[in-house]
Amino acid sequence: MSLLLSMFAYPFIVRAFVVGALVSLCAALLGVPLVLKRYSMIGDGLSHVSFGALAVAVACGFAPLWFSLPVVMLAAFLLLRIAESARVSADAAIAVLSASALAVGVIVTSLTTGMTTDVDSYMFGSILAMSRSDVTLSVTLAACVLALFVAFYHQLFAVTFDESFSRATGVPVGMYKTLLSLLTALTVVLGMRMMGAMLISSLVIFPALSAMRLFKRFRSVVIFAGALAVVCFCLGLAGSYLLSTPVGATVVVCDLAAFLLCAALGRR
Amino acid sequence: MDGQILLACRDVSLGYEHKPLLEHLDFTVWSGDYVAVLGENGSGKSTLLKSLLGLTPPLAGTVYRNAQKKGELGYLPQQTPAQRDFPATVEEVVLSGFLNRKGWHFAYTGKERSEALMHLGKLGILELRGKCYRELSGGQQQRVLLARALCAAKELLILDEPVTGLDPAATQDLYKTLRYLNGREGVAILMVTHDVDAALREAKHILHIGQKRWFYGTAEEYLRDESGRRFDAARRIGGVL
Repeated sequence: MSLLLSMFAYPFIVRAFVVGALVSLCAALLGVPLVLKRYSMIGDGLSHVSFGALAVAVACGFAPLWFSLPVVMLAAFLLLRIAESARVSADAAIAVLSASALAVGVIVTSLTTGMTTDVDSYMFGSILAMSRSDVTLSVTLAACVLALFVAFYHQLFAVTFDESFSRATGVPVGMYKTLLSLLTALTVVLGMRMMGAMLISSLVIFPALSAMRLFKRFRSVVIFAGALAVVCFCLGLAGSYLLSTPVGATVVVCDLAAFLLCAALGRR
Repeated sequence: MDGQILLACRDVSLGYEHKPLLEHLDFTVWSGDYVAVLGENGSGKSTLLKSLLGLTPPLAGTVYRNAQKKGELGYLPQQTPAQRDFPATVEEVVLSGFLNRKGWHFAYTGKERSEALMHLGKLGILELRGKCYRELSGGQQQRVLLARALCAAKELLILDEPVTGLDPAATQDLYKTLRYLNGREGVAILMVTHDVDAALREAKHILHIGQKRWFYGTAEEYLRDESGRRFDAARRIGGVL
């Protein structure tokens, strides 16, 4: 126990703890409508775009966070538009975008700095990556996401459950979908440097899936997903400190364990 | 016919990007009416529906959506695969019908809750209110969505192929429910359907759209009309085969 408490003596771990817990919470909340609307892979696609943007930013000497944020938000907005046009299916659009962004990122990196530890930490995350501005940004993000879910809970439910009915009865569906995807983009950009581009999408998908095994009410699913995500992140962070394993992978393993547990409980 | 005009098309053309599927469409839905919309696939039924709901403007002409302007339009869309395993209780789904009432919706009022329960009772599914939507049968799910549509409106219901995917018993149940809502509660119904038999039996008026021409009239008039005779004959042959 004292060993666990001693980890908070390191400022970088405190920062990682704050950012990680808040990002996990946001990702889980946003994940419920995304998973239910069959946009599970949007987090994965956006994280690869974020990787490409980071590589370009590092190569050109831009501030990584402030360059990748607008790029990923734009990608999220585009993905939504493409998915709505119905000419290309959403999963194909995400796959195309994520592979292209990854390819651009890899080419830019190999032409400039080469495949260094920097690239490795973008792909699989690093606990050292969180700065002060990340903390400020994640607190703001969490406030926005929580405000959205508290104030517009019923509208979010209606849009998630049945878009055409909501549209016909005058709910501004487009606005809510845009908000959801922009907030998802923010969450992904903030979380990926700690969790890693390959692993961040699990924060979006796992808690929603686990909660859906156990609960029948939409409200319970949302609340449980958020709570479970924070618990899993704390366990993962502690585990990674004790076992000296990468934090992103450890959190994902915790999420997987929680999902298996929920699936087993839900079957009874 | 007396009563109010709930929905009307005046000289409306429908289609995609200047390629009209249908021109000079002209019909009226009065309060208490029961209209069945028939037509082959690709004839423009879903485009018509979108225009009636105000989601896409027609190429030409005017759609008067009086019922929708009063917030008295309920809509029963086709179910999507994503909905069938949705984690939500029947009560949560039905209450979401009230969102069309303008204003801030932080929580549903007690009046809205009791009205929702009343609609559930009317459709005979009150005992399902705490159940999970994904655990219901197709017919029960359709009733839940009908109850939600009734929460949204009591004057006009627009139904998009409501019996698709239902077994014969559930189909007959649904038609019975619609007959009750139309006859006893005075709800006007506009239903897009492929079920010609049921349309001729249940509806007061038939709107047939297809290949640049359209027909609007009663079931008897429809059977005398050329497009009705052809559609009916094709159906009989299809039935024999």
